[in-house]
Formats: sequence, structure tokens, C-alpha cells
Amino acid sequence: MYKQSAEPLKKPKKSAVWLNFLGSMNLAITLLLALSIASIIGTVLQQNQPYTDYVIKFGPFWFEIFQQLGLYDVYSASWFLLILFFLVVSTSTCVYRNAPGMLREMREYRQSIQLETLQKMPNSFSWQLKRSLDEVQQVAQQILPHNGFSARTTVTGSFRLVAGMKGAGSRLGYVLTHVAIVLICIGGLIDGNAILKAKEMLGQIVPETENIPANEVPMISRLGLDNLSFRGSVSVPEGSQSNVLFINYKEGYLVQGLPFSIEVKDFRIEHYASGQPKSFESDLLLHDPRLAEPLEQTISVNHPLIYDGYSIYQASFSDGGSNLELQAWPLSGGDNQQQTLNVTVGDDVQINLAAQPWVLETSDFRLFNINPSQDPAKKFQNVGPSVQFKMRDKTGAAKEFLNYMLPIERAGAYYYLSGVRSSPAEEFRYLYIPMDEAGGLGRFNTFLRLLNDQDVLQKVVAKQGILDQPLPTKDSAQFNQAMLKLVELFMQEGIDGVMSQVDKNVPVEKREEVAQLYVRVLQQILGAVYVEVLADEGVDTSLGIDEKKAAFFDDASAAIGAITRYGSPVYFQLVNFEHKQASGLQIAKAPGKFLVYPGCAMLILGVFLMFYAPQQRLWLRLQETKEGVSIVFAGHSERNGLDFAGQFRQIQAQFERVLTT
Amino acid sequence: MTSIQAALKNELERDSFWKGLNLFDWLWSIVIVVSTAYAYTNYAPLMDVYEKVILVASSVSLIVLGWHWKAIRQLSLSVFVLSLFGISRYVNGLADAEVDFFLRFLVSSQSAIMWMSALYVLATVTYFTAFIMRSDFTAKVASAMTWSATTMGFVGLMVRWRESYLIGLDVGHIPVSNLYEVFILFSIITALLYLFYERRYQTRVLGGFVLLVISAAVAFLLWYTFDRQAADIQPLVPALKSYWMKIHVPANFIGYGAFALAAMVAVAYLIRFNAEKGDSKSLAMTLPELDVLDDLMYKSIALGFAFFTLATILGALWAAEAWGGYWSWDPKETWALIVWLNYAAWLHMRLTKGWRGKPMAAWAIVGLFVTLFAFLGVNMFLSGLHSYGEL
Repeated sequence: MYKQSAEPLKKPKKSAVWLNFLGSMNLAITLLLALSIASIIGTVLQQNQPYTDYVIKFGPFWFEIFQQLGLYDVYSASWFLLILFFLVVSTSTCVYRNAPGMLREMREYRQSIQLETLQKMPNSFSWQLKRSLDEVQQVAQQILPHNGFSARTTVTGSFRLVAGMKGAGSRLGYVLTHVAIVLICIGGLIDGNAILKAKEMLGQIVPETENIPANEVPMISRLGLDNLSFRGSVSVPEGSQSNVLFINYKEGYLVQGLPFSIEVKDFRIEHYASGQPKSFESDLLLHDPRLAEPLEQTISVNHPLIYDGYSIYQASFSDGGSNLELQAWPLSGGDNQQQTLNVTVGDDVQINLAAQPWVLETSDFRLFNINPSQDPAKKFQNVGPSVQFKMRDKTGAAKEFLNYMLPIERAGAYYYLSGVRSSPAEEFRYLYIPMDEAGGLGRFNTFLRLLNDQDVLQKVVAKQGILDQPLPTKDSAQFNQAMLKLVELFMQEGIDGVMSQVDKNVPVEKREEVAQLYVRVLQQILGAVYVEVLADEGVDTSLGIDEKKAAFFDDASAAIGAITRYGSPVYFQLVNFEHKQASGLQIAKAPGKFLVYPGCAMLILGVFLMFYAPQQRLWLRLQETKEGVSIVFAGHSERNGLDFAGQFRQIQAQFERVLTT
Repeated sequence: MTSIQAALKNELERDSFWKGLNLFDWLWSIVIVVSTAYAYTNYAPLMDVYEKVILVASSVSLIVLGWHWKAIRQLSLSVFVLSLFGISRYVNGLADAEVDFFLRFLVSSQSAIMWMSALYVLATVTYFTAFIMRSDFTAKVASAMTWSATTMGFVGLMVRWRESYLIGLDVGHIPVSNLYEVFILFSIITALLYLFYERRYQTRVLGGFVLLVISAAVAFLLWYTFDRQAADIQPLVPALKSYWMKIHVPANFIGYGAFALAAMVAVAYLIRFNAEKGDSKSLAMTLPELDVLDDLMYKSIALGFAFFTLATILGALWAAEAWGGYWSWDPKETWALIVWLNYAAWLHMRLTKGWRGKPMAAWAIVGLFVTLFAFLGVNMFLSGLHSYGEL
């Protein structure tokens, strides 16, 4: 009291105020909550998607605002890093202020504790015993260690104090956990892309947005070996190697150089009996000028190659430029030449089809297609290889196709399937081309060719009175002409074209009748041409045709009716392939882990110490009196008060049993 | 020797831990040591060094656990006997499950899990009946049901493990790989944690509250089984073929189970808290005292937090091996962090700010919802790398 008035209260130093603020629990809790909320935003809003997706989702106005806030990459936004930074500062301050005291507490037995303090403790008990001071002291010095407390004794004048302590670990736990958080955050910041962001802000790097070969990427988009930490990927075809990798960054990418080059010798996929993939493996050769011989190792998912601080992972796979042999079957009239094309997946080929220039862009080849099975006994079935490509016409418009190599069964019959779609967002719609008895497309092709052949059509139409009923007025030559026109229309515009013709030229009340008539006529002509096709093949049709051939006719007619919507003048049949895959490798360098991993170990150890080694203290204060000894027994525990109270009563009972016998 | 020295000597020997062990304790350790030796001599060539260490470490922990918590012995032995019985009934492959009487009605993984489900729901009802009737005997029956349900749950998982190998040697894997399997794991871990505290605090009135969460899990499990055929054993995708799965997933579910337990204790806390203002003879006053509930809630969250920390770190180490980075801000990872931050804040408030009582109980309940979102919501609403447990 005196002191205070004699020495006027000093204004606290500025640094102390700051220290108090930074080390305060309120700040820490606020930061924890802020970090949680920021993290939630990052999970609700899908991160690192192409910017166009966001524009579509939010509209240009909100897109701009969200972009300014860095919401498309929350975890490397500057404000997020700022929160992390303050968390590090706050935790460090907390450790700086409390750790020395904590560590002192661990060794301190509190031997100078006052009598009143002991008596006021929630766990406190007193005895008056007719015993000697030495006797009681000896008992205390054995009972406390027996219960796991290490004991120290002080003798001061007429009283003695036996002070016991256990569970110093919880204090250590505090220090360990908090230092661990600091280490983990710093390690994480090193491995995050904060440095990259800083370089970008300084204008030292600019992400490349064009899809160009790695060696053409300008220096401003390249990162050298001095880049401390990164995580990127590269697709390496079998038999090739790469000494760079690509880091996705904002709307573009950066090229990261490597001090070695990685060669993929072979890539393999294994499957379970049920068809699901079982393992993805790559045989790698690592060429490093510092090595006498290239390093050879097979990697697979969960088994990366760690070399010189770089970790090389099996991340994905794709086609690495398979060589395909495609046979082009013409679908429209005019050019009826079949041609064979040799293409490489990933390359574009210029071709002339039906006197028009086209570009064939082959994008993918798959050796296996594991699809859900229709057979209830099996979940999946392998429907064999497929090729995916785009056909771009002279206007630049393109449709995408997916053709299966092997015929696929549907309700007992086999078809060559070709999927088509106008944009990646759509599902493929399939054209079912029936397989002939020889297992090929020959019959379908002949059928199509004859249907486009005016001579054949003339002959067919002339040969038979197509309609059973007598004709109303016109003479037969004119009628034959009309029928030929109808077939031509069907071949050029499909069944839809025929129907719209009816809608255009026929009064409403007669439409249905006329439409039925047209269909019947078409069926008859098509049937007659089909008979010609079979005759071409040498099939005897005088006694009618079998069910299979009849079904073929129906399927072929349906396919021909759909061709006009198909969007390509040819059907590409995949006849042969030389499979070449590319292994998608992810390569990472994360020096921050040398802080993060020890941090993790400290965190686990610290957490368990804090909860399961709580610091507990016991005191026995012995005072010599005229009648013997006056004993005050007291205890204090940092946490788990309820358990400690029970334990205290047990130890008290032990003393009573020994001392009061 | 003076009388006091004799008394002291007597006292020091009296509480000696080793002397406190009885015949059954020793018998228990002998059984475990013999089984471990048997497993080691027969299967050592198939195990790598980690597996040998795990075998020895788990037998030591089982011995110590059995000494401190006697009921664990009965559980282990029943699971052991029933599982072996179940496995031995499979003679001609998986089809036996439809033919063999015991498999069909008792010990095939499907049947065992149905038994588990039924028993947990029954136990919930029985616990509440006991609570309302204030009947000790009924509560004991409920406890017995919970133990039986837990036994059947373990048997179901064990037999399922074997069944996966019967599908194909390359398909076989520990049954903690999808949402169906971890729901069983969640139920039995939560039940075991509860049973531990039931004995520790000598009170059975909380049973109904805790088993309510388990019953909810069982309801989900049944819907998932019948509506989505989730019980089919699927081979592992390559990303899951790792030793880390065996430790990451169970550690996580100790965390989830403990958080669920804490939340249900918090519910009981709030009920008792409100009851204390009113009639002292109301039913709610038969709940444990607020101090006890508060303590239990803290212990449960502390346990959950410790194991959740462990699990998240194990997950990070696994991610470093499988995905090329120990942290990818994948939604599941991020939500694990959010759960962790939430309980970290809870613990700071209690331990350093000394918060107690109603707000902490309410927060523990909110914590369960955050945990639930991390556990289920992420799989339902968000996409990411953790797409194994898709709904």
C-alpha cells in the first residue's frame, strides 16, 4: 500500500501494451474463429476452377468482387495469410510470455507456501497428533512417493514442510503444443504459394495462359531451381522424358525446371476380377548428371519416389500418343471411297471428305472401358477400346465423337456404337450401326451405297408396282419420279426431313394418311434395295429372309434415318492400334515439412501430456506443539479437480491409517 | 520396529499394484501372451516389422486394459470365440452365408450387424425405461444389451474382414474403408467409451442419451444398407491401399465417438441445469450432478481432441504419401481443421478462461453438428479427394 503512493503508477510501456494484446486469449480465440470461417468459405465455394465457370455462376458483377476478395483461392489470399501470420505471432507471444514461468513451475516445489494459503485450499485437512516431528516427516516422505509424488522437505525453525509434486509433463505439454503450432504454421507458409504470390506482385513472374509447348514458354513464366517449394504435375508418355513440370497458377500455369529428367519406361493399370482398377504403376528412370547411372524405380499410388528432396508421385494417366488406324466409312452420297487413316492421339489431321475439308482432332484412346454391366451377376463389364475425337468443318464448328472398337450387344444383336455431342457439357447420343453376319460394316455400307445410287433406285422402282392399290390419277413415270425424290429426301434429311415435307405441303386433315403412305413407300423401296444388297452378297432371298436379316434391315433403316443428325460425313471404325500411355506425375518439393513433421510429433506428445499428466501438488506442513505435532495436509491440481479430490481423500486415509494406529 | 513403521510398511504394501492382481488377472495375461505367441510363430513370416511391433504392442495394451477394465476381457473373449466360429463356418466360400444356419442367423457379418443394430435400439429403449422407472435392474439389463450389441458389432467387422478375402485374395481389406463400415465402427467406439465412463462414474442414467446418437447411426446404417445396398464389399481403390488407413480411420472415430458422447452428456447437463431451478424431485434430478456432468464432458472432449489431433496428423502424413502434399485444403481436410479449431477454442475457454456450465454445454452440442458436417456433410454436399464415402 505504502509503496504505491510513494511511487506514482507508471504508464505501462507501449511495447508491454502490444505484448499484452498479441498474447491475449481473446485475440487467439478470435483468430481461431476467423480461420474457421475463412476455411468454411473455401470449402463451400469450389476453389481454383477456371475463371469462366465463376463468371457463369455469379455474373460479371459478383465475379469481380469475389475475385478482388481472393475467394477463388482463399487459402493463398493475402488476408488469409495475414490471419495465419497473426496466429503465429499471437501463439509465439503467448509462448514467449508463459513458457519461462511454465518451465520454472515444472521444477518448483513451492516450498515457501504460507499456512493460510494451505488452509484455504479446497483440498485441505488438519490433524493434532501425539507423534514426534521426525516420525511424521518420515511417513510423509514415503507416502508421497508411494502415490507418485516426488517430495522435497524444508526445515524452517519450528516447522517443517514436505512438498510433493507430480505431473510436471502438462507444463511441458503446453510449451510443446504451442511451439508446435508455430512450427506447423511457418512450415505451411513456406510450402504454400506465398512466395510465388509475392514474386507475382513484384512482377517477376507472369503465368502463361496459352496452351503452348514447354520450351516455347517465355522466361517470365518459368521458375528456376532456386524455387524453394512447389507442387506441380507433368504428363510423360511412355518412352519419353521430361525435365520440367507445370504448376497451375490462377488462370494459367508456370513452368518449373528440374535438376534431373524423369523418363517413364512403362505405365500399367491392373484391374480386379470385377473390373475396377486395382493399381496404377509407372516404371521410372531418373537421369541426373550427378548420378553415375540413372536411378530406376517403380512408383505407384501411395508409393512415391523420394529423391534429393523431390517427391515423385503417381497421380494420373492419359493417352501418350497412341497410333491408331481408322477406317473411314462414308455415310453420305457422293464420295463412296473407303479410306484408311493413320492418326496419332493428340495430333490434328487435315482430310477431304465428300469434297469438303475437315480436321480430325483425335483426343483420346482408351484400352479399357469398364461400364456398369447389364448382366445382374456382374457389376461391371469391359466393353473394349474406344477412340474419342472431334471433327471440325471448314467453318470451325466441331462435334465430338466417341467410337467403340468392338461391337456391343443390345437385346441379342450387335452394333458398332458411335457417340456424338456438340459440347463437353452434353451426354453422348449414340448411333447404333448394325453389325453384319461377317462381323463387319460391309453390308451396311453396301446398303447405304445402293440407296445413294440413282441407277439402282431407278431399277428397283421400275421393277415393281410398289403400291398395291391402283393409283388415283397420275401416270406411273411421274409417280416413280416422286418416289425417287422421296428416297433422296430421306437420305439427305432423314425421317425428320420427310415429315417436315409432309407438314409443309399437305393440308392438316390429310397429313396422317400421307405420312403413313410415305413411310410405307419408303419401307418398300428400302426393302427392295436391301434385297438387292443381299443378292449382291449371294444370298438366296426367293423364300424370304431369316429373322436376323430382317432385324438387320430394321436397325439399318433406323440408323440411316438418324445419319443426317450425326454430323460427320464418315463413320470412323477403329481397326487397329498401338497403345501408348502417358503417366501423370506429380512432383513436389516441400522443405517446410522439416518444420511441420517435428511440429506434428510435438503436437501429439504435447496434447497427450497436457490432458493426461496434469500437474498436482501436495503439501504437509508439520508444526511442533506442546502435545505433539500439528499437521496441515493440502493439495492442489491444475485440472481434473473432481478426480484429484478423490485421490486426495485416499492419501489422507493412508496418513490416518499409519499415523493414528 | 516401532508400531508406526510397521503400519507404514503395511500401508505401502497394501496398495501395491502388483499385489492387487488376482488369479483371473494373471490368467488373462497368460491367455493373451499364449495367443500372441501362437500368432507370432504361425504368421511371423507374413508380417513386416511394423506389424510385429503392432502385434506385440496391442497384446500388451490388451493385458493392461483387461487389468484395469475387467469387462473388456469378456468382450474380447466373446468377440474372439464368435468371430472364429463365424469364420470356421465358411467352408465353401461366401455362398455358405445363405445356407449355413449359424451364418445365416447369427455370425455372418450381415447377421451380426443386424443383431448389433437391433440390440443398440433395444438398449436405448431399455435405458430410457430404466431412467423413467428409476429401476436399477432395468438399467443393468440395458448395460448388458449394450455390451452384447458391441460384441456383435465387433464380430460383424471381424467376419466381414474375412469375407472380403473370400471374395478374392486381392480384394481383402480391413473393414474401415467406406461409410457403411465406419458407421459400425462409430457405433461400437461410442458405445465402448460410454461403457467405460458408466463404470467409472457408477451411473447408468446417461445411457439412454448416449445410445440415442448410436441409434441414429444405426437408423442411417439400415437405410444405407437397404436403400443403397451399401453392405456389399467393394475392392479398394488404389488410393486407399495403404497401411495408413488402418490407423488413420480408427483414430478418427475415437475422436468422433468422444465428441458425440460429450454432446449427449451436454444435453443431460442442460436438462439437469433447467431442472435445478424447479422441483427437486423431478425425474431430471436423478441425472448426475452438474459438476460430474461437466467433468465428464470435459474428459470426453479432451480424449476426442487428443485422438482427433492424432488422426488428422496421421491423415496428413498419409496425404503426403498418396496425394503429393501433407495438406491440400481438400474439403474433408479443411473441415477436420474446422472441427479441430472449434474444440481447441472450447478447451482454451475452459482451461484458461475458466468457463463452465451452460454455455460450454451448448457449445459442445454445436460441436457435434460441426463434427457431423465434417463426417457426413462433406461427403454429401462437397466434392474433393475424400470421395470414398459418397452417399
